[in-house]
Amino acid sequence: MFETLSDRFDTIFSRLRGRGKLSESDVDEVLREIRVALLEADVALPVVKTFVARVREQAVGEQVSQALNPAQQVIKIVHAELIAILGGETFKLSFASKPPTVVLMAGLQGSGKTTNTAKLARWFKAQGRNPLMVGADLQRPAAVEQLRTLGEQIDVPVFSEPSDPVAVAAAGLEHARRTGRDVLLVDTAGRLAIDAELMDEVRRISEAVQPDYTLLVVDAMTGQDAVSTAEAFHATLELDGVILTKLDGDARGGAALSVREVVGRPIAFASTGEKLDDFDLFHPDRLAGRILGMGDVLSLIEKAEQVYEAEEAEAAAARLMEGRFTLEDFLHQLQQIKKMGPLSGIMGMLPGVPKEVRNAEIDDRQVGRVEAMIRSMTPAERAEPTIIDGSRRARIAVGSGTTPNDISMLVKQFTEMQRMMKKMGGAGSKKALSKSRKGKKRKGPGGGRVTARGGPATPMPDLAAELEAHMGRVGGARSAGGKLPPADDLTLPGLP
Amino acid sequence: MEILLVVAVLAVVVLAGGLLVRQRGGRRGGVVELEPPVAPTSGGVAVEEAPTPEAPTEQQLPPEVVVAEDEVFEPPVVHPEVAVETTTRPRFRDRLVKARSRFTDALGALRGSKIDDSAWEDLEVALLSADVGVAATEELLEAVRATVTERRLTEGDELLEVLKDEMRARLGGFDTSLKTAEQSPTVWLLVGVNGVGKTTTAGKLAHRETTAGHSVMLAAGDTFRAAAAEQLGMWAQRTGADIVRGADGGDPSAVVYDAIEAAAARGCDLVIADTAGRLHTKSNLMEELGKVRRVADRGAGTVTEALLVLDATTGQNGLVQAQQFTEAVELTGVVLTKLDGSAKGGIVLAIEAQLGIPVKLVGLGEAAGDLVEFDADEFVEALFS
Repeated sequence: MFETLSDRFDTIFSRLRGRGKLSESDVDEVLREIRVALLEADVALPVVKTFVARVREQAVGEQVSQALNPAQQVIKIVHAELIAILGGETFKLSFASKPPTVVLMAGLQGSGKTTNTAKLARWFKAQGRNPLMVGADLQRPAAVEQLRTLGEQIDVPVFSEPSDPVAVAAAGLEHARRTGRDVLLVDTAGRLAIDAELMDEVRRISEAVQPDYTLLVVDAMTGQDAVSTAEAFHATLELDGVILTKLDGDARGGAALSVREVVGRPIAFASTGEKLDDFDLFHPDRLAGRILGMGDVLSLIEKAEQVYEAEEAEAAAARLMEGRFTLEDFLHQLQQIKKMGPLSGIMGMLPGVPKEVRNAEIDDRQVGRVEAMIRSMTPAERAEPTIIDGSRRARIAVGSGTTPNDISMLVKQFTEMQRMMKKMGGAGSKKALSKSRKGKKRKGPGGGRVTARGGPATPMPDLAAELEAHMGRVGGARSAGGKLPPADDLTLPGLP
Repeated sequence: MEILLVVAVLAVVVLAGGLLVRQRGGRRGGVVELEPPVAPTSGGVAVEEAPTPEAPTEQQLPPEVVVAEDEVFEPPVVHPEVAVETTTRPRFRDRLVKARSRFTDALGALRGSKIDDSAWEDLEVALLSADVGVAATEELLEAVRATVTERRLTEGDELLEVLKDEMRARLGGFDTSLKTAEQSPTVWLLVGVNGVGKTTTAGKLAHRETTAGHSVMLAAGDTFRAAAAEQLGMWAQRTGADIVRGADGGDPSAVVYDAIEAAAARGCDLVIADTAGRLHTKSNLMEELGKVRRVADRGAGTVTEALLVLDATTGQNGLVQAQQFTEAVELTGVVLTKLDGSAKGGIVLAIEAQLGIPVKLVGLGEAAGDLVEFDADEFVEALFS
């Protein structure tokens, strides 16, 4: 529903493109968009103000004169600034010299304390520790049952008794000592920051167990209120870090930035799914891109690394660029990609994918159909789809439960893609040369490629530079759209 | 190395995406192909078969479904919490006293001063801080500006009044009553993302309706979260409502359907169906929810309310949530929970304005009686007074 920052900038950029540097009014215009983007990402207003002021300072300064593409320059500053804030100080966990190491979980109702207590316990367990969870949420009906059920799933014991939360916590600590558990996780009841009585209760729990770490659980969907909540909890409990939950939704998670700024404590963990292992240490750079709506290349790479064999990917990429990419390869890639999760999720992580494509509903079941079609082809057909004639088409259609029409469409699009990739691969060196001459950049819809490298060698380096630019998170914007023609060309005609 | 991986992935994803998008488009335009019928998934079998209405309910139930009848085992427990029955419903203003401080701080300077640039800025800050959102704030202020110019207003207090009127106009004018079906049982469905308070709201609603003299059947449609059914079970015990539970990880449609059939069989007026929290981005889970709604309408009951439970602390994502959930189940209203905190829930302004989905109920506290009808005048008044 919200435009990503990249989409927003497209308009401004198209006007700014071609100018050598930013005037102050240009900067203002860009900053206004950044302000709106941050507010839509739920960054708290006071934080937005100081943030924008800081960016302006840098943007109007000397660096601008060197800006190759002014707009990208601003985004780069914004992105760097975001990372500086989010990751300025990372969360370091050291274990208490005299076990158990005590971790206290606090937060509003429904932020995910109980679930994340279990996730954290699982994480500790994976580190070779022996955690014990204490269910001190005696308020919400069945909260302790929930913790026990989760405890069974991860094989971590749960201590609780129906008394008073402070007493339970203290007894839990005793129990951990007695049973030789070296990490104690205390789940507490959700409470509103303005509820003095309950805040006092959690303070007393804290005093009773003397936690080594007090973690605030914050919902990534939280709006402006994140600041007051974090302030209140920090005032009561002295937080050590934050767990950001529900990052698997499409909320931008600006609350994290607010909390980080206001409380000055790092975001320690991020929870990114409903499963108990969807939980890991927090990566500031990824959230920075997300807040700006720039895609999440790094997570994508990481996912890819889990399923791809490096050499295999290298070979596939090379074949792709030389136009030797066959349907067989495509089928193989498709299967690898399927392992990475739903296609729509992957598309969302790609920067520079036009928003029409990104927003298009991609039904993963369609992947199965395509797979079926390719599987119904002979090896010869897969290698050289042009040999598919009417009778072969009919056979494939019957074999895959589709229509001959579907087959011709697949073949047509595949050939088209093949041609385009070839063109792109071949044109790579030429383009790079012409560009390096004067740093001119008006190719494709996004234009804006500024890397003056390339050279004659293989086509790869140019594209590599392209992607490097992404990974350096220079622009996000549309630079890929400009350079990777398939993104635009492939999809435009077929869009509904 | 990473670069190569990305090249491969990027290209293939783009290709695959492109292919698929076009495939779909192509088929839609070209070959006539009927939408495949919604295939009954396993677990929903009991639901998909048309049962004979007169047959005893238990026979239709999958073995794991238990119709808990707490009265049989123990007398209705009068919980202290419920016993303290609020004769007058809690008022917005009392509850929001604690909460409104920040909003009014921003506007304090406005009173008794002239309308100038800083006054406008104060208004903007106030609205943005309340999670109203950039677009809705701009639109609101635009309207206020027009009125101020037209009526040549100069005082800060007048400006505030105009803003209040605008907000009231946007929030009011909706029918906020909860509808019942002509023929019992009526079904109310509660949906929302994780942790907004669906189960608690179901319990409070059950309390409200049993107090009003209705016989209520709770459907524990949250078969995913650990102990969610236990939580609802405790509410059933407190309020004297019946409850139908399924197996953990079972098909929620089946549970809801069974609850409705059970309600019809024993003459309950109202089925309140809890569902598992789900992020609106998970299309498979949203489809599951759509199925729950379709199946619930298929049996003896009629779904008259599909309520989105929304946490007042929710920021701009609330609008996307409302949009996605209404696509899945056609929302009839919003329940705004946790409004007794410091969050303002300003996102409901955007939801009403953009999607026309009204707030129907508001959660103002943790006690059973703290779920009250939404009142636009009080909402706005409480924010500004």
